[in-house]
Amino acid sequence: MTTMIDSIKSFMGWFFVTGDPMIYGADASIALASIGIVAVLTYFKKWKWLWQEWLTSVDHKKIGIMYIIAALLMLFRGGVDALMMRTQLTLPNLHFLDAEHYNQVFTTHGTIMIIFVAMPFIFGLMNIAVPLQIGARDVAFPFLNALSFWLFFVGAMLFNLSFVIGGSPDAGWSSYAPYADVEMNPGVGQNYYLLGVQISGIGSLATGINFLVTILKMRAPGMTLFKMPMFTWSILITSVIVVFAFPAFTVALALMTIDRLFGAHFFTIAAGGSPMLWANLFWFWGHPEVYIVLLPVFGIFSEVIATFAHKTLFGYAVMVWSMVAISLLSFITWLHHFFTMGNTAPVNAFFSISTMLIAIPTGVKIFNWLFTLNKGRIQFTTPMLWALAFIPNFTIGGVTGVMLAMAPADYQYHNSYFLVAHFHSTLIAGTVFGIFCGLHYWWPKMFGYMLDETKGKWSFWIFMISFNVCFMPMYFLGLMGMTRRMYTYPAGLGWTPINVVMTIGAFGMGVGFVLMAYNIIWSAMHGKKDATGDPWNGRTLEWSTASPAAEYNFAHIPEVSERDAFAVTKEKRKSGNTKPVKPYAPIHMPNNTGIPVIMASFMFVAGFGCVFEWYWMAIPGAIGVIACMIARSFVYNDHHYISVEEIKRTEAATGRLS
Amino acid sequence: MTESTLSLHEKDRSKMPLEYTTEEGDLRIVGFWIFLAAELVLFGTLFGTYLVLQSHTAGGPTAKDLFEIGPVMAETIVLLVSSFTCGLSTIELRRHNKKGLIGWLIVTILLGLVFVGLEVNEFYTYAVHEGAPISRSAFLSGFFVLLGTHGCHVSLGIIWIIGILLQLGKRGITPVTARKAFMAGLYWHFLDVVWIFIFTAVYLTGLVI
Repeated sequence: MTTMIDSIKSFMGWFFVTGDPMIYGADASIALASIGIVAVLTYFKKWKWLWQEWLTSVDHKKIGIMYIIAALLMLFRGGVDALMMRTQLTLPNLHFLDAEHYNQVFTTHGTIMIIFVAMPFIFGLMNIAVPLQIGARDVAFPFLNALSFWLFFVGAMLFNLSFVIGGSPDAGWSSYAPYADVEMNPGVGQNYYLLGVQISGIGSLATGINFLVTILKMRAPGMTLFKMPMFTWSILITSVIVVFAFPAFTVALALMTIDRLFGAHFFTIAAGGSPMLWANLFWFWGHPEVYIVLLPVFGIFSEVIATFAHKTLFGYAVMVWSMVAISLLSFITWLHHFFTMGNTAPVNAFFSISTMLIAIPTGVKIFNWLFTLNKGRIQFTTPMLWALAFIPNFTIGGVTGVMLAMAPADYQYHNSYFLVAHFHSTLIAGTVFGIFCGLHYWWPKMFGYMLDETKGKWSFWIFMISFNVCFMPMYFLGLMGMTRRMYTYPAGLGWTPINVVMTIGAFGMGVGFVLMAYNIIWSAMHGKKDATGDPWNGRTLEWSTASPAAEYNFAHIPEVSERDAFAVTKEKRKSGNTKPVKPYAPIHMPNNTGIPVIMASFMFVAGFGCVFEWYWMAIPGAIGVIACMIARSFVYNDHHYISVEEIKRTEAATGRLS
Repeated sequence: MTESTLSLHEKDRSKMPLEYTTEEGDLRIVGFWIFLAAELVLFGTLFGTYLVLQSHTAGGPTAKDLFEIGPVMAETIVLLVSSFTCGLSTIELRRHNKKGLIGWLIVTILLGLVFVGLEVNEFYTYAVHEGAPISRSAFLSGFFVLLGTHGCHVSLGIIWIIGILLQLGKRGITPVTARKAFMAGLYWHFLDVVWIFIFTAVYLTGLVI
């Protein structure tokens, strides 16, 4: 009996992460939050509502909202990681975090911010905006869309579980071999990274295929490719990158998983493995990934700048071709992430030049945005402020990128804080500013009310100034010799004042984010209603329908003859040129289904089993996934029609009955 | 404005093969082609990995030591013939001949099963009798994972086609079942193309060089 209790005790000690008061705090807050959610749902009898309206929904607008909620929660966690690192580095020789804990924190910070914040936030915004912008009633594959979301969600949950069960990964977000291989890195942490990212990556690939087909095949009549809104163009190109980059990552993650679980030798030092192969495979996906999270925000900025300059976008065709050029170049620059790994000079020279070339189409885009502003009637709304701040801040990130692209000079900058400052300048001033911009811009379309402008502007200024306080000095810190991923540093190197300033900036960004969260809660209660569906005097079709849009998006599929389709329609209406009213017809819509969330749950079970190498758990999980696929294949009754009466009722409720 | 693109689509569709006659079928087939493009990158990455690691035998058995032309030829012939019978099934689909379609699909998956059996036997021989399991060297890791991924695809294809056969039996040839049979055919031919690359890049190269 006692031996059994002892063995249970030792299992629990190994299974749960123990011994750190911060982890116990996290355990308690996770338990309390879970109990709170369950209690609130039970008290208000909302379980059925949750299941019917959200968990089983295949509506792209609801899926988009779920993506954004999940991404905001992950942003909070990734942000806390960042603040922990900054606290540790404020002064020399601090022991707020120990070396091992610090390694885990920078690993989860990077992985979460890229895979579980930037991508899902962008997927959320594109789910909300793209079908509406092209005048479609849903995406091409609504079931697959729901599945993509749930795979991302369980992947994120699996990854985050590592924090309290089993231990976090600690090999950096790029998970370089041989350090990430099982000999140097035993335990389950790295397995969590591999499985969590793999599961959500499968969802991302499916999203890429889905939006590619949606945009290619489901545009409203008359909307030729070169009449599409710029955001839709950016998503089309991004989807192509996703389809061609993600499978390489799928393979890389699978190979390392096989290395760790089944003793293969892809990336080990022993038995002929090649650690450099990992670096190549990882960055063959990793560099295009940078553009997967950047091109969509270029699209968002294009929409927002044109809307609030009250002009059509300058150089539309050039904007498109520059994105195409960026997408092609993004596949031939991956080696610049490891110039210092000892490639030959000609190889480094090739990748050096290809990297610098990307600055050309990017520069073209910067000038096009500036020329769009030129002589426009600029309206300084919150989304416009994020867009305007993006231009100079991102350009600094871009120019320092060209500095890093020079292979000989990179030997000096490599893995210093100069590099860290560079990619934060691009990813924060680009991606983060962009998703905040899109969030404020499309918020009324998502929920039917506006976010408060005053609070929005305050959060913008605090976040943007703090960003510069944090990351401008970081360039100089890098040039002074401080390298990334060091958990502490000795006094007397002259680094201390800069580190203090950076920490102040980091906490300032935290304040800006909290204010934005407060604005969301405040506006949910007191926000101005958007009765028109067109609060910004928008130019594209998503503003022509109600806010929030009805289940079927458009009672009549719009017909398009020009770019900026809705702006053109509004001009025509002013001159009294209206279309004849057509009768409504029943609308064909997909049914809700519980299979995606159930299938993703089986995937979670399979993933968790693989993390602990518990095949008694992993194999039934995998069988469950296949069973769900078979079950889905046999479902024939998967759509319904919305009757004309219901369309009339819905349209009348928003004052749109024609 | 000229005639809308939507109505153009509708007009063309009535003249098209059954699987393209609904908008849904059309979308899914395009989506499946794009999925196959992604699969191409997946296998491309595995081929690249294998070719990089091919010479990294770490003192263990080399390709020349292991491969024998007999079983490899048998696998190749069985899989290529299955691709041919799969093509015949698509011809029967176009003729709306349910019996012929089901018959040729059954022949296809039977040949697929033989292929998987031969491959499992080959793996078993290497891993158990020849002392060359996946953990022996980087070369063998690359070999087992590249071929194993292909073999898993064939196995999943067999399960998929069984499901389609049940639906064909119950519902006959409809736009939906026609689309499923057609897409399974695309998948099967794709796996055949991958095998031809495996035959060349793995076996022929391994036996000769």
